[in-house]
Amino acid sequence: MFIIRNRKFFYSLSILLVGASIIALSIWGLTPGIDFRGGSIIEVEYASRPTVDSVNTALSGLKLGAYSVRETGDAGYIIRTDELTPSLHDAVLNTLSDGGKVSLTEKRFNSIGPVLGKEAIQKAWMSIALVLLAIILFITFAFRKVSRPVSSWKYGLIAVIALAHDVIIPAGVFSVLGHYAGFEIDTLFVTALLVILGFSIHDTIVVFDRVRENLHRNTEYHEKKEFDTIVGESINQTFVRSINTSLTTLLAIAVLYVLGPDATKHFSLALLIGLTVGTYSSIFIGSPLLVTWQKWQERKNK
Amino acid sequence: MFKKRISALILLILAGSVAYFSYDKTGEISRFPYRLGLDLSGGTHLIYQADTKALPESEISGAMSSLSDVVERRVNLFGVSEPLVQIEEGGTIGNREHRLIVELPGVTDIKQAVELIGKTPTLDFMLVRPGVDKLSDAEKAKLKLDEIFVSTGLTGRYLKHAQLEFNQTTFEPYVTLQFNDEGAKLFGAITKANVGKIVAIFLDGQPISTPVVQQEITSGNAQISGNFKVEEARTLVRDLNYGALPVPINLVSTQTIGASLGKGALDASLYAGLWAFVIVGLFLIIWYRVPGLVAVLALAIYTAINLALFKLIPVTLTSAGIAGFILSIGMAVDANILIFERMKEELKRGKELPEAIKEGFHRAWLSIRDSNLSSIITAIILYYLASTPVVKGFALVFFLGVVSSMFSAITASRTLLLAVGAKGEGKLSKFLFHSGFLK
Repeated sequence: MFIIRNRKFFYSLSILLVGASIIALSIWGLTPGIDFRGGSIIEVEYASRPTVDSVNTALSGLKLGAYSVRETGDAGYIIRTDELTPSLHDAVLNTLSDGGKVSLTEKRFNSIGPVLGKEAIQKAWMSIALVLLAIILFITFAFRKVSRPVSSWKYGLIAVIALAHDVIIPAGVFSVLGHYAGFEIDTLFVTALLVILGFSIHDTIVVFDRVRENLHRNTEYHEKKEFDTIVGESINQTFVRSINTSLTTLLAIAVLYVLGPDATKHFSLALLIGLTVGTYSSIFIGSPLLVTWQKWQERKNK
Repeated sequence: MFKKRISALILLILAGSVAYFSYDKTGEISRFPYRLGLDLSGGTHLIYQADTKALPESEISGAMSSLSDVVERRVNLFGVSEPLVQIEEGGTIGNREHRLIVELPGVTDIKQAVELIGKTPTLDFMLVRPGVDKLSDAEKAKLKLDEIFVSTGLTGRYLKHAQLEFNQTTFEPYVTLQFNDEGAKLFGAITKANVGKIVAIFLDGQPISTPVVQQEITSGNAQISGNFKVEEARTLVRDLNYGALPVPINLVSTQTIGASLGKGALDASLYAGLWAFVIVGLFLIIWYRVPGLVAVLALAIYTAINLALFKLIPVTLTSAGIAGFILSIGMAVDANILIFERMKEELKRGKELPEAIKEGFHRAWLSIRDSNLSSIITAIILYYLASTPVVKGFALVFFLGVVSSMFSAITASRTLLLAVGAKGEGKLSKFLFHSGFLK
């Protein structure tokens, strides 16, 4: 009942976070990575690293178009450019090593043509659309039998609101990180968002399911409990389960974030944020919204 | 009770052998080794776009497979162990693209690799222009090549295959050419009309061999003999097969991972996987006690099954794939938790322990099914719409993980829990089967 009574506090917290995310997204947007934009990334490691300035000066001699140089690790640089041809790539490496005088190892080279990038964007939108469609079908199916006192489409709408909440916040965080720390959005980030969608819809539905079950029991045994009491009880009954299942998943992902390879660091970070706010929304936002809606309806009917 | 324990024992033995199979890493000689992606083993991944515009729809798939054959031959010349060449259809609906994926484990010198694969040199068969042979050598030297030679219309497009062979008696190397049917006819006509004359073979506009025609050749087979060194002949064969590339290709994506970065990523992934298992396991045992221990056993069985699947299918493991596996470890526990929480509720309602276990499984099943359904749908959509191998790898492992977690929860956990499920009403067994820190 604590959650239902203090729902306004929890709403404010979410509104604050979602609001801040939307502002960040509208100001800075998301920085697309080469997966989507096309382009090249070179990661090199020096025995002893030259200054950023000297690297910039050296590279400015080549006709690379726009490029950026960023430090990585203790002795490395990540250089982002437009798509490089194999011969231009060779020229860059040659320049970086000052014609072979400075020893360096190329740890990674990744180059993607703009055609593939365009296709990746299309496919990303298609998969987002399909997952959303599947989720809407899933919700319609899950709530086909509920009606009173809140009709079934409202459960669906609230579930969708919770979902939007769960993806807007990680996107907002990545917008901020994109602006300040150069985080880029790649295909794995989109994958993380879709996983978050799948995970959090199910978490929300588990609580709604319980609400439904308890409503049924209420009419069957003529218990005449208030709607908000029933919702509060349902949250309490599913609380431990929601927290625990999310907790084990979060533990596993946190370990991946801390110990895992660099390649999946951003991915696991997006998942950590998304799964956390997803669990939060299914407990503190989804079901309380049912109560709010029902109260509002009551007032209107009077 | 006895029966339940026997089935639990059988389950454990089966799981043990699956685990042994997964653990067995006799390495490369093993019939089922783990297959590592290039991001973990180091190497180069190239994506070529094939330009099929000039071809009619019906010929595309044939041209693509012969393209793949040619590239595979070239890649083999590179001396890489286990290279991979495969055709892929990309693009979105209504805009089909044909691509060739080339994976070269251990190769990081992409310039050389790309040069070897990517060039589409032209191979031409030329005749000496009439009148030219009457000129003196000094006059010939002044002429440009295309003033001396004239094209016959026979090009690399008609060449099926070139091969290095050795003369049985002198052991001198020579090169045999084989034309396709159309090429054989053309070649037949050309040789018939030019007996005793030179038919020069040009590669990229340079003459590489100038054999003299001895007789009409209708078999579609030709020989280029000359004073080749073995090395030269081998290069010629390679170059000729170059010219035989049936579809022009264009490099659209390159990915190279240094061996050290790959090894680091592999170690980090495995390390993360191990610790994720340990920490989730500890949490389960501390919170759920005996059922928690059972869940850890079920999780171990789950892990063994998955690893065995990775070997059998086989799944190419990438860092994203291992991330998917770690994510699924966290989620696999979900089913167990659902069951345990239901079980506890039944215990609270005053049910006996064995009945509570059964009831818990029974009631939790619907939630387990629904909860995994949304993940399975997501995984399938991701797999089919993956634009990068990274996402595809993730989706496949995630899918396998979710499906086998359902299996391990409803079979393994159930069997084990029923086997340890004491009849006792004592405080100890109640304590052991409850959860949390309070009360």
